[in-house]
Amino acid sequence: MTARHGRKPLLTMSRIEKTFRGETVALKDLNLTVNGGDFLSLLGPSGCGKSTALRLIAGLIHPTSGRLEWSGERGVGDLGIVFQEPTLMPWLTVAQNVWLPYRLRGKSFAEAQNDIKSALELVGLSEFSEAHPRELSGGMKMRVSIARAMVTRPRLILLDEPFAALDEITRFKLNNDLLEMKAALGCTVIFVTHSVFESVFLSDRVIVMAARPGRVISELGIDTPYPRHADFRTSNEYAAHTRDVSNALGEAMGAAA
Amino acid sequence: MSLPDDAAPTLDKEEEVRARRDRINRVAKWTLPSLVMALSLLAWHLYVTLNDVPHYVLPGPVPVGKSIIEDWALLWPAMLTTSRLTILALFLAVTGGVALAVAFTQSRWAEMSFFPYAVILQVTPVVAIAPLLQIYVDSAFVAALLCAWIVAFFPILSNTTTGLKSADHNLHDLFTIYGATRWQRLRYLAAPSALPYFLGGLRIAGGLALIGAVVAEFVIGRTGTGLGLASTLLEASYRFNFGRLYAALILISILGIGIFAITSLISHLMLRKWHESALNREV
Repeated sequence: MTARHGRKPLLTMSRIEKTFRGETVALKDLNLTVNGGDFLSLLGPSGCGKSTALRLIAGLIHPTSGRLEWSGERGVGDLGIVFQEPTLMPWLTVAQNVWLPYRLRGKSFAEAQNDIKSALELVGLSEFSEAHPRELSGGMKMRVSIARAMVTRPRLILLDEPFAALDEITRFKLNNDLLEMKAALGCTVIFVTHSVFESVFLSDRVIVMAARPGRVISELGIDTPYPRHADFRTSNEYAAHTRDVSNALGEAMGAAA
Repeated sequence: MSLPDDAAPTLDKEEEVRARRDRINRVAKWTLPSLVMALSLLAWHLYVTLNDVPHYVLPGPVPVGKSIIEDWALLWPAMLTTSRLTILALFLAVTGGVALAVAFTQSRWAEMSFFPYAVILQVTPVVAIAPLLQIYVDSAFVAALLCAWIVAFFPILSNTTTGLKSADHNLHDLFTIYGATRWQRLRYLAAPSALPYFLGGLRIAGGLALIGAVVAEFVIGRTGTGLGLASTLLEASYRFNFGRLYAALILISILGIGIFAITSLISHLMLRKWHESALNREV
């Protein structure tokens, strides 16, 4: 739909449908083009298929029908993912956890060390590289999870409601940091959330979805230029955008009923 | 701990009480059981001497202690023999149990086909199988070993199987996204997730291997196992040498405690950095 100027499509999903066990329609007629450099939010109530869409993009499940096409080759390190939980391995140190994507490709810790170091620097956890996950707070664990997703400098990072379980102060801080990380990395981000405020603050495209069956209801562009800072949260522009997105979400909820 | 602690400079009343209680608990943890032990020995001694209980009914702690010292030349090799059988059985239980658990988790077909038989092997009392083993297995030593192995291997198998399946689903997804091989998934994800479960199984299996070894010595006899502690105990009872009988019994107990201590230590050393079971909670 509204492709931003000068951005080339990275991923095209056309007429995607996903039905589980032949009866539950999780996604119906999903059409979406993700452009390189987008910060795209999937926003919707539970059951709208936003997580299903993410799993389809990750290649963890396959569509019942429709096509999902990547422009150019999709290499192993082209995709990073962050789940709702930090999903760290408790028996490894922070640095070893971040090593995982490289380790699975047969790259030794020594070879990957520079990348691990810069990923941890990016999330502000350099001092904790030798700590075990249990020694960290919830927000710090999430940062490690983000560092692991970014360490290979992927083209696309998927985040599945990563900050839903965190307190508001931590969430705001991580939102600010996430934008900085994205800018530093220059990657594309797809962010699943059920928070209107989070989606407006972070993204330049908000895709509103409705449930039963899961489908896209509308797309809104948030044209405020980056870098966005904490003062954006209190601006009139922000309020106007959240109103628009809330209305769209309200329609989505109405449509679902 | 690599996190900086902002230790409070002063202790308030509540913290003082807590600190004192902790100190007392640390001492009591050792002194109380020792005291109970000393009192029991004293009661035992008094009961035997005051009532003139004949030594072939219940020997006092003094003759038993004497027997441990005087029969040491007999008891020590017996203890080694029983230890060897136990450790060998435990070793085979670990390798067999882990190998089977890995096979079960790698192939659903294998699990469906064979798991019920592992259960049957477990629930059949080993004492009932032992005479058969003696008949069908030529080497009495192998029969004794099998006997001890059957008892010990099931907790390893069942715990390790559960453990291998207990890895986080999101981590499994992550491994899929990064194109992990089957081996990498086993080595880096399933095996470490299974470790706490396996070590729990190991502690149970250690005790059971000793029980299996004792049963094997009783049922299969010294031809197969050599003269171990249980055989010594049995012979002493035939000869009404109750001092030696009790001495052998105590050494079997000590062996059991030793095995438990060693497996617990292994478990602690392997998990202390990360697993909840091995961590001291601060506060």
